Amino acid sequence: MQRAIRTLAGVMLCVVFTGCSRAPEATVPATVGAGATLRGQITVFAASSLSDAFEALGTAFMAAHPEAVVTFNFANSAQLAAQINEGAPADVFASANATQMRVAVEGGRLNDNDQRLFIRNNLVVITPYDNPAKVMELAELAQPGLRLILADPVAPIGQHSLDFLDQASAQPAFGADFRERVLANVVSYEDSARIVLAKIVLGEGDAAIVFTTDAAAEAEKVQSIPIPDELNVFANYLIAPVADSRNLALAEAFVAFARTAEGQAILADHGFLPLE
Amino acid sequence: MISSLYKHVIHIHFRLHQRKRLILLWLLAAPLLIFLLLPLGALIVRIDWMQLGETVGSPGVTQALRISMVTTLIATTLAVLLGTPLAYVLARHQFRGRNLIDTLIDLPIVLPPAVAGIALLITFGRRGLVGAPLATLGITLSFTEIAVIMAQCFVAAPYFVKAATAGLSGVDRELEQAAALDGASGWQVFALITVPLAWPVLFSGVVMTWARALGEFGATIIFAGNLPGRTQTMPLAIYLGFERNLNQALTLAVILLVISFGVLALVKVGLKQRVGVKL
Repeated sequence: MQRAIRTLAGVMLCVVFTGCSRAPEATVPATVGAGATLRGQITVFAASSLSDAFEALGTAFMAAHPEAVVTFNFANSAQLAAQINEGAPADVFASANATQMRVAVEGGRLNDNDQRLFIRNNLVVITPYDNPAKVMELAELAQPGLRLILADPVAPIGQHSLDFLDQASAQPAFGADFRERVLANVVSYEDSARIVLAKIVLGEGDAAIVFTTDAAAEAEKVQSIPIPDELNVFANYLIAPVADSRNLALAEAFVAFARTAEGQAILADHGFLPLE
Repeated sequence: MISSLYKHVIHIHFRLHQRKRLILLWLLAAPLLIFLLLPLGALIVRIDWMQLGETVGSPGVTQALRISMVTTLIATTLAVLLGTPLAYVLARHQFRGRNLIDTLIDLPIVLPPAVAGIALLITFGRRGLVGAPLATLGITLSFTEIAVIMAQCFVAAPYFVKAATAGLSGVDRELEQAAALDGASGWQVFALITVPLAWPVLFSGVVMTWARALGEFGATIIFAGNLPGRTQTMPLAIYLGFERNLNQALTLAVILLVISFGVLALVKVGLKQRVGVKL
């Protein structure tokens, strides 16, 4: 009942503020009932590292629910959390880390106990396919004059990259000043892992740290230097419906779908590490 | 007597009519004015004044401000030095393809700045058309201050060229010819007659170019990247600040707003006093 009221209130708000044209589908509260057809439209705000995988996930979801339409807004998780907190019309938030999920939860539009871990990812060092600086191992990230591109720490991938450097610096093999020497090589802190990837594909940088899944997306255009598990950073991706969604039933169905065997298989196809 | 009264009535009637027209005109003009000023007002209302002082003095902000000021100054100077000859050719010579060039120069103004950034990257990047041969000489432009200046110049110089072309076209050729007859050299005519006469328009072009360069974001972040202290200009700092700390981003935005307003106001007041020019 409460949910139906919420849906209805959402629809009314939507009509009042945006005069939105898809009100008729969205008003059907029957979507709540068991076995009812899921219909209507939702917008999923997802970390940019999820872009390829979620496009595929969305296609499979829409195949399973022919009357549902899922659209995506991909950006770095911090940007998405800020947009959600400023009132952006989001129905689902998929964050590349817990921090930004918390930011959104604290913003008040997501319920703390709605968030679910749904996939994991880790880091890899990449170089352009012709590897102009001849980077062969991780320690060479500190070699002077290397043009290294990182994501800005404001994006989860940027923070993970710093965490990896910290962990490596704790190893005698790399040396305590490893992080400092590597950061001295940074030529740019980009907005998201995907932009870092694009600049490596274009050959602008000699090396970069991205998610394994990003490297998988351009496997033939970049070389990967794996990071051993004990140094690697495992990113936990969290997903949650936005509580004031105009179509909460559909939003919840999408969240659940990401955790089904089918959803996990699609995500794993794109290089993500499934939940066991 | 009657006629004078009649005149008086007419006069009052006329003034009432005029006032009505003025009110109507303002009613029509107000929506856009409000639309343009309201968001700027909202920025100022929303910022945390307590934080303003701290933010202004923080090294990140002064760094970004310095980079913005230095690069926009150089970009504007380059636009003027390189744009004037181009504008002169376009203003004074009729040739086949003149209109085509005139239209092509508009393109950087119309293009989304991100497209401009990508275009610059695939031209001057390490594997770019021009960038690849430069790279073999050991010169790389991307991720440098030079790239910031190039991005600003690319999107902003067309404003100067457009203004200068219009300004130079408007100069009375007979005055130039008179000076030439009196023995002035080509350069003297240009420097002492043409430029002073076209000055108001040239100058508004300079101001437009500088303002566009100062606001430049998309082409910069793609071609020059984002490194605090080297390529991070104010717009980049604001954009990334938006994700990090909304309050700080708002404060930065207001600082940029105040500086822009101050410079534009100073320039306009200064110019008005000197030559009575309206921009």
